[in-house]
Amino acid sequence: MVPANWVERIRDPKIECMSRDEMSVLQGKKLVDVVNRVYNNVDFYHKKMKELGVEPGDIKGIEDISKLPFTTKEDLRDNYPFGLLAIPKNEVARVQGTSGTTGKLTLASYSNYDVEVWGECVARCLSMAGLTKDDIIHVCYGYGLFTGGLGADFGAKALGAMAIPMSAGNTKRQMMCMEDFGATAFACTPSYALHLAESMEEAGVIDRMKIKAGICGAEPWTEEMRHTIEEKLHVNCFDIYGLCEITGPGVAQDCIHHSGLHINHDHFYPEVLIPGTGDAQHEGELGELVFTTLSKEAMPLLRYRTKDLTSIDYSTCECGRTTPRISKFKGRTDDMKVIRGVNVFPTQVETALLGIGEGVAPHYLMIVDRIDNTDRLTVMVEVEERFFSDEIRKLDALKAKVGAVLKQALGIAVNVKLVEPKTIERSEGKAKRVIDNRNLV
Amino acid sequence: MSNTIQQLSVFLENREGSLDEVLAVLANNEINIVALSLADTAEYGMLRMIVSDPNKGRAVLKENGVAAMLTDVVALRVPHETGSLSRAMHQIVEGEVNVEYMYAFANGNDASAVIKTDDPARVVDILKGSGFDVWEASEAYVANITM
Repeated sequence: MVPANWVERIRDPKIECMSRDEMSVLQGKKLVDVVNRVYNNVDFYHKKMKELGVEPGDIKGIEDISKLPFTTKEDLRDNYPFGLLAIPKNEVARVQGTSGTTGKLTLASYSNYDVEVWGECVARCLSMAGLTKDDIIHVCYGYGLFTGGLGADFGAKALGAMAIPMSAGNTKRQMMCMEDFGATAFACTPSYALHLAESMEEAGVIDRMKIKAGICGAEPWTEEMRHTIEEKLHVNCFDIYGLCEITGPGVAQDCIHHSGLHINHDHFYPEVLIPGTGDAQHEGELGELVFTTLSKEAMPLLRYRTKDLTSIDYSTCECGRTTPRISKFKGRTDDMKVIRGVNVFPTQVETALLGIGEGVAPHYLMIVDRIDNTDRLTVMVEVEERFFSDEIRKLDALKAKVGAVLKQALGIAVNVKLVEPKTIERSEGKAKRVIDNRNLV
Repeated sequence: MSNTIQQLSVFLENREGSLDEVLAVLANNEINIVALSLADTAEYGMLRMIVSDPNKGRAVLKENGVAAMLTDVVALRVPHETGSLSRAMHQIVEGEVNVEYMYAFANGNDASAVIKTDDPARVVDILKGSGFDVWEASEAYVANITM
């Protein structure tokens, strides 16, 4: 439901509402340019293209992109820290790193122009969330190598808005500053937004806040979770997506219609591939998202495999934008756990828990063990305070209900463990949702 | 006028030291435990207590991140004579009230039983109507404290 008084703000209508044909021409030109730059300046791509027998001259338009080699996270690690630079190192303006969910740091380099494009992309997202230069954006993403904090900050700067660079942590202080400075929007992970909402509810300060929008990203979340945050705080929340290898937040975001995340595809060209293969997936079908950076100077990447699973929709959105929309992520190819032969994604657990509605909070932790050569999935679930009972019979009934719902949703038996309200760690960066104790290497 | 009293109930995760933490919080805040019962399942425990100040007990536990709740229960005075608890229970059953759980504690010359039912106010009426006595909150919370 679009709020009654909603005003759609499109920062760059020429680009964001451009016809697909015109955009393809623009993307083609940029692709030819970036392929030339990496072929001539980056040994890694020079070798890869030679191996595939592709010359820059073979790339004449965007339709030739499938001739180009892929790039993986392993390639970035192998060339750590500066092996993929397409400009001299002394022209690098800054570096940012991944938040390291899966181990070693991945580093990305930016020229001044790259930083400018990044800020512009985030500013488009902030406009999409209804924000203008008059807004005050409270940023509680971490500042540092992680792209969340600085990305939101660069976006606020490009928009001309005020940024409050809070960084993560100390929820009491966050609430105080939000209230005192009159913040009108916040930017943080969805799990932290939920934690903030709960804390504000507890402190009874929600009515004193001026917040109208939440820009949440850096981890997958569900529609149900968005509704929960929106209802608690009386705000509109938007799902911003990005990855440091490509630029950081601002690669894509959903608009008020929440029918997928609009990709800034004049800078980041998306492909969706059939998982496990290099073949293009049909439009609308689930596959691995792959990006080619069309504008990056410092560290351009060709066909970078994100491991994020999504589908893509090229139809014009109700908001008026023609930029393609990717569906909310159905998980990551590496977050997916194969448990007793069944593919399980943390987002399925979250959706199922939120579907129960009453009794349990959407905070959970999945623990996968292998006992006597059989995989066991335990899901720790928080009981909502008001549903807490001192009668073991009632708690057991709740546990049985949660177990049945999860079994239905996942297709495997789940051992449910009820825990006290607020005992599962609230992350201020990315929420840890799965612990795999199986040592499958 | 109902004579139900408030029981402080705490959910305990099945891990080392969780009971110790709860008791320490209560002790540090000078909350006396008059009676307690600890129920355990394979995965968690439920600590139920009659304390000197249930509201304060709940508040200090909450401040320390422990989930606690207050439940209305009835504290029956059971005279020290064979069969008195049986007679009281018989009255409750006749009155068609379900007993969820029960535990006992001693106080001075009498014994006492904390009874959790689905209708505590009715249990008070039934017991009083059949000649039994129940503790009022002001008495129960300070039972056995030597002034």
